[in-house]
Amino acid sequence: MQFLKNLVPAAALIALPSLGLAQDAVPGVDAASDTIFIFNSLLFLIGGFLVMWMAAGFAMLEAGLVRSKNVATQLTKNIALFAIAAIMYYAVGYNLMYPLGTWISEGWLSGVIGPAVLEAVGVGRDGLDDYGYAATSTDYIFQLMFCATTASIVSGTVAERMKLWPFLVFVVVLTGFIYPLQASWDWGGGWLDADFGFSDFAGSTIVHSVGGWAALTGAIILGPRLGKFKDGRVVPIMGSNLPLATLGTFILWMGWFGFNGGSQLAMGTVGDVADIGRVFSNTNAAAAGGAVAALILTQILYKKVDLTMVLNGALAGLVSITAEPLTPTLGAATMIGAVGGLIVVFAVPFLDKLKIDDVVGAIPVHLFAGIWGTVAVVLTNSDATLSGQLTGIVAIGAFVAVTSSIVWFVLKATMGIRVTEEEEITGLDTSELGMEAYPEFTKG
Amino acid sequence: MKLIIAAIKPFKLEEVREALTTIGVRGMMVTEIKGFGTQSGHTEIYRGAEYAVNFVPKIKLEIVVADAMADEVVETITKTARTDKIGDGKVFVLDVESAVRVRTGETDDNAI
Repeated sequence: MQFLKNLVPAAALIALPSLGLAQDAVPGVDAASDTIFIFNSLLFLIGGFLVMWMAAGFAMLEAGLVRSKNVATQLTKNIALFAIAAIMYYAVGYNLMYPLGTWISEGWLSGVIGPAVLEAVGVGRDGLDDYGYAATSTDYIFQLMFCATTASIVSGTVAERMKLWPFLVFVVVLTGFIYPLQASWDWGGGWLDADFGFSDFAGSTIVHSVGGWAALTGAIILGPRLGKFKDGRVVPIMGSNLPLATLGTFILWMGWFGFNGGSQLAMGTVGDVADIGRVFSNTNAAAAGGAVAALILTQILYKKVDLTMVLNGALAGLVSITAEPLTPTLGAATMIGAVGGLIVVFAVPFLDKLKIDDVVGAIPVHLFAGIWGTVAVVLTNSDATLSGQLTGIVAIGAFVAVTSSIVWFVLKATMGIRVTEEEEITGLDTSELGMEAYPEFTKG
Repeated sequence: MKLIIAAIKPFKLEEVREALTTIGVRGMMVTEIKGFGTQSGHTEIYRGAEYAVNFVPKIKLEIVVADAMADEVVETITKTARTDKIGDGKVFVLDVESAVRVRTGETDDNAI
């Protein structure tokens, strides 16, 4: 409502000059800068709620790709991680990620410690943190959603065998510290941005690969699900509900318009709005490219299409375009996404060969396609350099792999991260929650 | 009386039911089953990993008819459920000792 109250007079101001009534109104220059402020803020709000909905997409995708005996636990992890991310990002993450020039260690560690603070209620132009840009609250809520997305990526990989509480403790560290700290190095104006010009528009590396590295280290330290690898063979473990997995993918696809479109970070000029439209179009093109590539490749390799791979392919296309959704042409965006789709189809069996059990394919989708997308920036954006991109990929990868490994090992040594063999066979819904997603089946 | 047990391909159920009611069969029991015979299982691929499907879904029909009708029922099922491909199913015929209609207490041929 607060937002609507502000919008109505602003709209009136825009309309006034054309009615010839502008003489006594606020000077045109104020109206123009108000408009920029309002539309920038509006973009963050629209982007924010679209990205928030991606949490629902992850929840449905994961609920569909785990077995029915683990669905309720998976859903619990998804809503809990989202809420924890919100609290941690408020408590430390936001200021750790955006030091606004105040560093403890220049370019490496933010000097602003403590919770995020919003502008006052009913604030006027003079009281705003940055009248020339957007309301702090809108930037905060938009950025918070990216932090939560990073955590969502991890839960799918380590599903069906990781205990609830150690997972949530990991989320606390990931969303409060690991994610915001590495994000400050680039998006917060730190060393990757200043010294290397590392270019990651909406976070192929900063969000998706970070989640992917955390997932990869978790999967290795946790070990595969019982029965996944038997006598040197890979035993497929089928997901319980492909309609939910498909719905989840569509929700993520939609949310990605906010993820990439909102990352234009400004909507106050004709140029910005046109660019947002480009970003939307390219984002969609890449998802389509990824899905079709996986569709065709699974048909060729396996003589039948694998729906779960097509879903992963669409998501890999989206991750691939996330580092640079603005500069490619529609054709280039489709191809960048298609390569992401191909990566997934080859990477899923490759991880199986290494005996790394990734339940939903989050590592191929978010880590491998994220790396590809970050490299692919140099194909269409002349401001990015290959060395700069590789520096970002390696530095962030090394930092996240090391820090998450430490956290996983500490949790393993203290709380234990894995349920017992019997609990795993019975299902985490029974052992962790004592309730089931589909109780009629067993308790009819 | 004879009990005729037939395992057929699921997609043939409607056709077989229709053919049997046409020749005067007035009831049947139908169960969804899994099993294997000569057709055995086959392999599928999920996310790049091959796995064996050892049991194939089938429909089991159980039909009790008067002795005189048994051959015609078997023939009808065989004719209707056949696709000439492996996995068309099997038909077994067993003797039935007695039958009772629960509502009226009628027995044997009168009960079916």
